[in-house]
Amino acid sequence: MSMTQEAQPWQAPEHDKPVEQVEGYNFAYLDEQTKRMIRRAILKGVAIPGYQVPFGSREMPLPYGWGTGGMQVTAAVIGENDTLKVIDQGADDTTNAVNIRRFFAKTAGVATTEKTSDASLIQTRHRIPEKPLTDDQILIYQVPIPEPLRWVEPRETETRKMHALEEYGVMHVSLYESIARFGRITTAYNYPVQVNGRYIMAPSPIPKFDNPKMHQMAALQLFGAGREKRIYAVPPYTDVKSLDFEDHPFTIQSWEENCALCGADDSYLDEVITDDAGGKMYVCSDSDYCAERREAGHVGDQGEPQTPAQKGAAE
Amino acid sequence: MYVAVKGGDKAIENSLHYLADIRRGDRRVPELSIQQIREQLPLAVDRVMTEGSLYDPDLAALAIKQANGDIQEAVFLLRAYRTTLPRFGASQAIDTGAMQIRRRISATYKDLPGGQILGPSFDYTHRLLDFTLAANGETPEAPTSEEPVADGMPRVADILDHEGLIELDLPDDEDGPVPDLTRESTSFPADRATRLQNLARGDEGFLLALGYSTQRGFGNNHPFAGEIRMGELAVSFEPEELGFEIEIGEITVTECQMVNQFKGSAKVPPQFTRGYGLTFGHCERKAMSMALVDRALRAKEFSEEITAPAQDEEFVLYHSDNVEASGFVQHLKLPHYVDFQGELVTVRELRKEIAAREAAERTDDDELAAAE
Repeated sequence: MSMTQEAQPWQAPEHDKPVEQVEGYNFAYLDEQTKRMIRRAILKGVAIPGYQVPFGSREMPLPYGWGTGGMQVTAAVIGENDTLKVIDQGADDTTNAVNIRRFFAKTAGVATTEKTSDASLIQTRHRIPEKPLTDDQILIYQVPIPEPLRWVEPRETETRKMHALEEYGVMHVSLYESIARFGRITTAYNYPVQVNGRYIMAPSPIPKFDNPKMHQMAALQLFGAGREKRIYAVPPYTDVKSLDFEDHPFTIQSWEENCALCGADDSYLDEVITDDAGGKMYVCSDSDYCAERREAGHVGDQGEPQTPAQKGAAE
Repeated sequence: MYVAVKGGDKAIENSLHYLADIRRGDRRVPELSIQQIREQLPLAVDRVMTEGSLYDPDLAALAIKQANGDIQEAVFLLRAYRTTLPRFGASQAIDTGAMQIRRRISATYKDLPGGQILGPSFDYTHRLLDFTLAANGETPEAPTSEEPVADGMPRVADILDHEGLIELDLPDDEDGPVPDLTRESTSFPADRATRLQNLARGDEGFLLALGYSTQRGFGNNHPFAGEIRMGELAVSFEPEELGFEIEIGEITVTECQMVNQFKGSAKVPPQFTRGYGLTFGHCERKAMSMALVDRALRAKEFSEEITAPAQDEEFVLYHSDNVEASGFVQHLKLPHYVDFQGELVTVRELRKEIAAREAAERTDDDELAAAE
């Protein structure tokens, strides 16, 4: 998957040895013909950044809406030497992320990791890792509704025309309506972006906090929508601009609090309810980012300093 | 001290064991075999084969067992298996006129060549619970007719055809490739072959409701059940290397031909039009619903005004598949707390602004009152 460096076999981290592989299925589940069809769609997507390429999405052994698009893209690009990381809501240990990781460990026998920097492929639902990605990594998004114009126009025949003619007025009108009603653009996630100055694209339901990370990202970004049968892509180092107005510039979420465990003040925070009397705390949604900071000695106001022994146990 | 939730792997494993345990139920009761499901729940098997779009009664029975009897889950299992199978090509078009009839009824003619054959049907059962079944009473074998079913059993639509009273039933392109919506994403407007494929795989409940809606005035097209037939027929395939057809098996299908009114246009004199339904096995309700919706979807072809959901191609074709629908509806169970956090931040900010504005207005009012 390396783009600029010399190809070299990916070294699997010691503690993440592949689990037992299932028999009777092709490498990474899909047959080679299907993978080729998907790769062609990906190439077209890379050639036309932000354009939704229709593809012959297959029925996967996981339900639609649970990452079938992302899984097909992953299956099409994964190789034996890849190391896969799967996150959902930024965390590696959410059940759906665990399940998809298990699927590829089982059907492809590849190494998996929870460390962002160790992964060559990262499949994600709803987040972009906090740690900047590099040009030898691929980020694969699971996309529920690939059409950014869907909320203003339910018909596919219409939205395809609007994209073709670059007729994006209604999108700006809908954002303006939000400003007229609430004094601001209230879209908090799946915030529409314009890619390479041309196509308006749904970034998938990541929080708008993550939108700026897409801009000029070193890694290749691939998007798979299985149920809607669409693939799209943002090539490395491509402009991705969140839609806004001169007098209402795009802003991201911010918190007065820091992460209670690692003290980070620059990461997306999840609110955790701690009791039934309104008690709550904030923790990093990116579990690997948080763990790495704690290992490096950062401590939040409810965290405990890690001793070298704990560090070893955590691994 | 807060500890982040861990152990999804273990939880999933335990959940799977629990599910399997519930499937087995009370161990003192004998376990269901695949053969029992195939033989004694044949209509469930037929529905799973139809919506799973794979004709294999044993696999469908297995899917029903594995799904704890959840029919949609069984359809999903069968589809996920089907998707991995290689495609050898398309079979020859089946000829339902050559069907070994088990049931054949027409609502448009009192009698017709070949006669009305009632066959196995719930239609005239009294819906009274049969307690002898609960007492494991053995069912006597059904008597067989003294006369064999007539050889010639023309399709009702073909009878109307002789007089030119019904539109011709011509394939879009007989020699062209057969579209396969499981291999390519559907684009609109879709051709009729693709629409029928979609409806054949579509959820019975969804099509039933849509078909029903056309009868209640949402896209009415005055249907008559021209004919419903069910029985066995052979499937043939022509391998490229042989150059001639070979019979590869026999399947049971249910076919419904709806006959619908059409007032005619400047070019075409008044005649009847068709709505078509076909299913694997015996799925009569589904075949009839499908035929109603097929006809409703042809509105544009007959320059009928499109006003109802059943006439709306994108609406029907995008929402008929229960594997897609079930997955997307149920994905709401997946964690969404990152997005929800985003919304929380927004709503709190909006409320803070409004509170601040109201406080400022109150202060203004107070100052005004003090000034007076």
